[in-house]
Amino acid sequence: MKREIEINGNVPISSGQLLHNLILFGRLLRGLGIEINPGRMIEVVQALEHVEIGLKPDFYFTLRSLLITRQQDIELFEEAFDLFWKKPTDGGIDMSLQDLLNKQQQMMQQEAETLIIPPQLEETKEDEQEKDDDAEDDEDELQEIIEVTRTYSAREVLARRDFGELTPAEVLQIKRLISRLEWRLGERETRRLRPGSGALLDMRRSIRRSFRYGGEILDWRFRLPKIKPRPLVVLADISGSMERYTRLLVHFLYSLSSGMEQRVEVFTFGTRLTRITRQLKNKEADLAIDEVSSAVQDWSGGTRIGDILKSFNFEWSRRVLRGGAIVLIISDGWDRGDPVLLGREMARLHRFCHRLIWLNPLLGSEQYEPLTRGMQAAMPYIDDFLAVHSLASLEELADHLLTINTSGPRRKALKGAAFIGRNR
Amino acid sequence: MKLNSISDLRSSLREETYIADRGLTTAIYLALKLQKPLFLEGEPGVGKTEVAKVVSRLLDTNLIRLQCYEGIDVNQAVYEWNFTRQIMHIRAMEAQHKGFSEEELFGEKFLLRRPLLQAIENSAEKPQVLLIDEVDRSDEEFEAFLLEILSDFQITIPEIGTIQAENRPFVILTSNRTRELHDALKRRCIYFWIDYPSFQKELDIVQAKVPDASIQLARQVTSFVQELRQEELYKVPGVAETIDWITALVALDQTALDETIVEDTLGVLLKYQDDVEHVRTKVLNQVYNRATVSA
Repeated sequence: MKREIEINGNVPISSGQLLHNLILFGRLLRGLGIEINPGRMIEVVQALEHVEIGLKPDFYFTLRSLLITRQQDIELFEEAFDLFWKKPTDGGIDMSLQDLLNKQQQMMQQEAETLIIPPQLEETKEDEQEKDDDAEDDEDELQEIIEVTRTYSAREVLARRDFGELTPAEVLQIKRLISRLEWRLGERETRRLRPGSGALLDMRRSIRRSFRYGGEILDWRFRLPKIKPRPLVVLADISGSMERYTRLLVHFLYSLSSGMEQRVEVFTFGTRLTRITRQLKNKEADLAIDEVSSAVQDWSGGTRIGDILKSFNFEWSRRVLRGGAIVLIISDGWDRGDPVLLGREMARLHRFCHRLIWLNPLLGSEQYEPLTRGMQAAMPYIDDFLAVHSLASLEELADHLLTINTSGPRRKALKGAAFIGRNR
Repeated sequence: MKLNSISDLRSSLREETYIADRGLTTAIYLALKLQKPLFLEGEPGVGKTEVAKVVSRLLDTNLIRLQCYEGIDVNQAVYEWNFTRQIMHIRAMEAQHKGFSEEELFGEKFLLRRPLLQAIENSAEKPQVLLIDEVDRSDEEFEAFLLEILSDFQITIPEIGTIQAENRPFVILTSNRTRELHDALKRRCIYFWIDYPSFQKELDIVQAKVPDASIQLARQVTSFVQELRQEELYKVPGVAETIDWITALVALDQTALDETIVEDTLGVLLKYQDDVEHVRTKVLNQVYNRATVSA
């Protein structure tokens, strides 16, 4: 950037023109989605007192170092800066500025309009109809009792039914049941200590106590590590072969991320990796799921799991796998990519997490053997291989997650994973 | 030392063999002038920690360093009582059949000053440089505590009282971005993302840091590392690795790069077995050729 800034070249900062432009610029950034706290603009003005604003780079970096706090915003900032602080003689500032704002607005509008709702997430009107019909049935008292027993056993049957074979009405019911599942994850000892009956001396408190006995330490106090729940990272396959399961999968993901007290990071993958943690944060389940559908662009494509894991390992593992995370991969293992790559990336992922759990909906069927090349390559690095095809299997998963406790990992990997939840 | 302009600061930094680009210099300059903490983020080995060392030399003041880690708490960051000494004092008093008071036992004599307290206490004559290194490794509780310290620069010790910094220390926080820090903390700071340097800048750094290296070697090494950063690696080598590498090559009496020596010393540059394997078997030849042509 060698260009000298032309506008406001020698104008004192407090003079109206620059201040006015700064405020406009702040508004532009806010319009572009960069969060700017009003107090910061005052600091910018203070900072500019110390800087020769005739030099464009200095002016640029002053604004940037005060207004931007995230690396990912830098690029957008730069574009906005170049457009906004252009020489007026270049003409068309307003035009290009208007363009940038329009572009942003258009993007937002498009997002709002073309909420790509994949077919599997839509509920048909018939579902509603059937629900009403159900309600009308139980007029008779006797009928009601039968109904109660039927619902109970129906729940049992439903719980074991494969997600891929449900009628729309059952889907509704299952969704309700999923939202009631309780999720708790194993915990780990942190390096932070708290008072308690542990093995480590608490000198501060022991000395304090000793004053009661004239400086004689009779009553030793101890400390023990503080316990924290482990973070959970979920990688969910939404490619074509998983289509039968995706509709309930998204509900399952929502139930997981809203029902746990710890950090839950959720990604979906088909042709590419999409982080949907933020979308799932929404308080309303349906809104959250709508947001997920619009954020994810690659419903029902093919997948190369190896490449996906590679990009996860590169871009995310260091940031989301801190603190002994548990990783859940949900996929049927149908992979069009290179099995060697898949094996290598699984090995890496396995080294970086506390426990690697693979949930496979196909494992629910008795005939299924993990024979696909992809699955074969991945098997040695899976700690637990579980089914995820029915409500009962989800309940088992919930129980299993609880058993991952504070002790070090007892990894089954390399000897082959345990099969849990077979034949349900 | 007087700092009157960004250019002044830049040449002073250069005298201390720290080559900073205009952006980083501006950020440091503003942090000094506005008395705000400087928050530096970037990949490992791009010279974040070095900034604190150089600035403390420039300001001719002490560098106080707090290395963060998981579970760091107030006892390790601010102050702790010297228990051993307290117990010995009690015993000594007893042996002489003297009494002792609690005030005596919890006086300054028995206080262990940790980095944050040092930075605030030693500020009477001139501000100290306080480096809070790898703050992303600490946990949320500690981050919240830092927030408090960074806004007031005062510490309360119940047994002694409140200690206020007479001159605000110049605070530099660094992060490798293994997790996002809370916005509230970042908002109080001047933020700068340090990128990998350009070829010319890295060459300048190499020549300033390792003047013994031949020009040819310096150019080749810089060019090789620059090319290597284009490859898909789990851990891309930083400037620190470049300097380590060329120092190693100089120690091996190399005046120019050849493929064998590159292969033998790859471990200085790359720190993951996967990366070493990838480069050695797949791309070493190409990278080497590109590097020697462009150098």
